[in-house]
Amino acid sequence: MAKLSIKVHDLEFQNPVTVASGTFGFGEEMTKFIDLNKLGGIFVKGLTIHNREGNDYPRMAETASGMLNSVGLQNKGIDYFIKHIYPNIKDYNTHIIANVNGSTIEDYIAVTEKLNELDKVPAIELNISCPNVKQGGMLFGISCPSAIAVTDAVRKVYDKTLIVKLSPNVTDIAEMAKAVEGAGADSVSLINTLLGMAINAEKRKPVLSTITGGLSGPAIKPVALRMVWQVYKAVKIPVIGMGGIMNATDAIEFFLAGSSAIQVGTANFIDPAISLKIITGINEYLDRHNFDCVEDLIGALEV
Amino acid sequence: MQKIVENHEVIETVHLNENSYVLRLKSPVEIPEIHPGNFAEIQVPDTMGVFLRRPFSILDVNYKNREISFYIKAIGSGTQKLGELQPGMQVNLIYPLGNRYTIPQGLKRALIVGGGTGIAPFILLGKELKEKGIETTFLIGGRTSKDILLTDKFSEYGTIEVTTEDGSMGEKGFVTSHSLFNRNDFPFEYVYTCGPDAMMKAVGHLVTQKGVVCEASLENMMACGYGICLCCVTPTVEGNKRVCYEGPVFNVSYLKWQN
Repeated sequence: MAKLSIKVHDLEFQNPVTVASGTFGFGEEMTKFIDLNKLGGIFVKGLTIHNREGNDYPRMAETASGMLNSVGLQNKGIDYFIKHIYPNIKDYNTHIIANVNGSTIEDYIAVTEKLNELDKVPAIELNISCPNVKQGGMLFGISCPSAIAVTDAVRKVYDKTLIVKLSPNVTDIAEMAKAVEGAGADSVSLINTLLGMAINAEKRKPVLSTITGGLSGPAIKPVALRMVWQVYKAVKIPVIGMGGIMNATDAIEFFLAGSSAIQVGTANFIDPAISLKIITGINEYLDRHNFDCVEDLIGALEV
Repeated sequence: MQKIVENHEVIETVHLNENSYVLRLKSPVEIPEIHPGNFAEIQVPDTMGVFLRRPFSILDVNYKNREISFYIKAIGSGTQKLGELQPGMQVNLIYPLGNRYTIPQGLKRALIVGGGTGIAPFILLGKELKEKGIETTFLIGGRTSKDILLTDKFSEYGTIEVTTEDGSMGEKGFVTSHSLFNRNDFPFEYVYTCGPDAMMKAVGHLVTQKGVVCEASLENMMACGYGICLCCVTPTVEGNKRVCYEGPVFNVSYLKWQN
């Protein structure tokens, strides 16, 4: 069996398969289906400083090979997480990584400061790319100066591994990655959802209450691979790739394009055990191609 | 609650009218305990454009023969495709999902009100009510007599009342205009409903005005069905709740019905 462990900055993962924020809850619901201890890591549902009810229903539209969502960061706030959820998940033998959101830089700092105190959260994912909130979110992630400002501010109050989650809704993703690398990010994760919309022609109305939402699923995989490749070539920090990964072959493609680790997202909605099947499939691929470790695949695309 | 994710073999598809059918499946493993109101997420095999699973209430279950069945109306490409499955074909299911209708201690007389595909959970509910010795009335509504289905099954568990909009069967009108709601002595202590939103809201309103508890099973669009995507939420007095996880069955006074 090949070696599956990888490193993101100085954080070692037992394998490179993690689950994406917003597609796995806080892991608790999934214990009925899989052993969480087998995952490389869990990027838990996005957290904000205060309780958020999210956007109105309907928040989801199925599209060709994918779906749109406009959940809008529904969560009970960071204090509720620390008090009621963290104690239940902290002892799993997998990395619990918190996804941090805010409407203002002060929000991001406040949430991060609280997370910095949690022993069993070894990293945060700074979400500057949520397309479904009116304030903050993606607005920070679509211009270099604001991405730098928020990354820099959070870096100053966070001692552990800082991952910045990038938006694909930009002209030049490599420039964004370089900008946050310069501001102190230890890693970048990409891509968040692509801004899209769905229309009900019969009713002449938008499907989503918010009109627009974030597109995910296999429909976005080619875009995600292209962006991972561009970012991999532009920065020195490790890249965590995601976007439409449905099986082990998709995951391998992301490693070849330059991902050190991957996040499984929308696929969790169709098969709650898909992440573990992907780990098995990666192992089989490595054996079949005589690789000793998954690290040898990172950016190994032959061009 | 134990859950399974398994390929099931199609036993048969029984067509009830032009677009409604019962899909009967055989599980490869022992079927976990199913409660009235529980649902399954079915993966539509090999269909472009049907990306997500489809949620369906569990119609009936036979633990001994490992059989589970669903009442499905073909309204889109997913439900159409499922109706075309042939015996022997495999289809992947996740279940049991969601909560259940509650049956309070000491309940004597219950009313079940439904229409359309909303009648699906009523066989399991009727069965359990009968086992507990509760006198049950089923009030089923439809546009015409052709929409009144499965009443032969329900009659095993209680009395049947029917309304149709065209008057072709039972009383003419909507379920809420049925004469049993106008009686001075509304004899039911608990009302269960499932069907179109507008119907459930009307039933809930009517029943709670009488001071009677009403439970409704909601049908919001879902991506996952097991509580992780937060897409199917409904507003409640305690904020947005997941229909797939905290529901699908809610006491109507807990809900903040949207208009």
